[in-house]
Amino acid sequence: MSSPSDTTTRPAGPLWLLAELTYRCPLHCVFCYNPVDYKSNTNELSTAEWKETMKQARALGAVQLGFSGGEPLLRDDLEELVAYGHELGYYTNLITSGIGLKPTRLDALKAAGLDHIQVSFQDATQAANDALSDTKTFAKKLEIATAVKAAGWPMVLNVVLHRLNLDHIDSIIELAVKLGVEYLELANTQYYGWAFKNKAALIPTHEQLKHAEERVAAWREKLGNTMKLLFVVPDYFEKTPKPCMSGWGNVFLSISPDGTALPCQAARMLPGFEFPNVKTSTVEHIWYESDGFTRYRGDAWMKDPCRTCPDKAKDYGGCRCQAYLITGDATNADPVCHKSPDHEKVVAFVDAAQRRDNPNNYLKVQKPEQQALANTAEVPVVWYRSDHNSLHLSKNGS
Amino acid sequence: MNTETTQALPEHPKLNRLFRLQYEEAQKAYVLLYPEGMVKLNQSASEILLLCDGSRTVNAIVVALETKFNTSGLEADVRSMLQEAARRNWLDA
Repeated sequence: MSSPSDTTTRPAGPLWLLAELTYRCPLHCVFCYNPVDYKSNTNELSTAEWKETMKQARALGAVQLGFSGGEPLLRDDLEELVAYGHELGYYTNLITSGIGLKPTRLDALKAAGLDHIQVSFQDATQAANDALSDTKTFAKKLEIATAVKAAGWPMVLNVVLHRLNLDHIDSIIELAVKLGVEYLELANTQYYGWAFKNKAALIPTHEQLKHAEERVAAWREKLGNTMKLLFVVPDYFEKTPKPCMSGWGNVFLSISPDGTALPCQAARMLPGFEFPNVKTSTVEHIWYESDGFTRYRGDAWMKDPCRTCPDKAKDYGGCRCQAYLITGDATNADPVCHKSPDHEKVVAFVDAAQRRDNPNNYLKVQKPEQQALANTAEVPVVWYRSDHNSLHLSKNGS
Repeated sequence: MNTETTQALPEHPKLNRLFRLQYEEAQKAYVLLYPEGMVKLNQSASEILLLCDGSRTVNAIVVALETKFNTSGLEADVRSMLQEAARRNWLDA
């Protein structure tokens, strides 16, 4: 038996605190995992509320602190929050598009004790980068990534991969080599938020993936220890599910811009939850007692095939959000799993992508009225992440 | 990738600046922190890495540990741990 106050037998505390400081973002990336209706929720925690949350999570054992968004640089108090996180003993990570990272802010973040910066690129060329983000940001990003390296930070270059850029894998890796980054995170798109909305345009072909995997293996051989290449396989192509978030409420605590506490950034979409908020609950209560964090912790909630599966301790039944998005029930097995009765739905998404033509022109489509046209022409619709589209989709159902 | 078990050790082992070594009360252990990740260290690994400040030779690290724990014959263990650390890129080359 354990009670919330019995600190010797209760589950471990969080290790990761992800502070999604804002949903505001200067970019409009088509693969963004932020909620499609983000614009209908523009409340943001105050500086003092963020600090209190950081303090409480640290007391429970959280040691990695990520500042993310949206674009965290849009918060004027970022430097102050980084300094406080550093003072508390966190390893502080800034996860940014780079846009807004002026030399004065770089200096201030260095002084605040920021440990690491992850800069995202959308692709290796100006044309592709700027098309995928619907902004003219490539040149700026190059400038900023160079400045981050010059300031002596370890740098992770993050590129989200999908159908529209997988074929550029060599030039993406060459860009990382040129910039001299320590880690290159090649993260195949996870289909949540805007990415789920746009999955018809984003799901790659088997050939594209196979080619990319071969190229990554060849580059690993060549680069050795000088750069670490992380390649996250898109799980729609797998037969066993990812151990999502290393288990629900197990290590990861994500705080949304408005203070809603989530076991993963995407969990907000799940119906039937009243996720707790740091404005009204302590982090300790949120982690150990709230329904939002305890409901799918451990394996007591599982149904078959997970309940009796020998792999349940390894993959935790996969992703609750994916189970909900694709099967309509978050307590089902993640349909990526070949044992799921709904696995064929995932296979169908992937199969449909194989039959589609090369999506050269998708990204020219962006106005809702043009999207309607595109639909009739059987060209997958691409929704840029934008305030306009967010409001449109919130109003008309996403 | 080079996966040989022995590799040359730096003369004065120094923790790679990409990693931060600190004690975590919640883990009751030293941990190595790096971008978006953490490795929990056992006691001997942490005792050795704490001495990798770039000022000591491998031999000096061995002597310091043998003195601290009032024992002898640690060299082989220290060298093998440092080799593992080097393989994992925890040390400056």
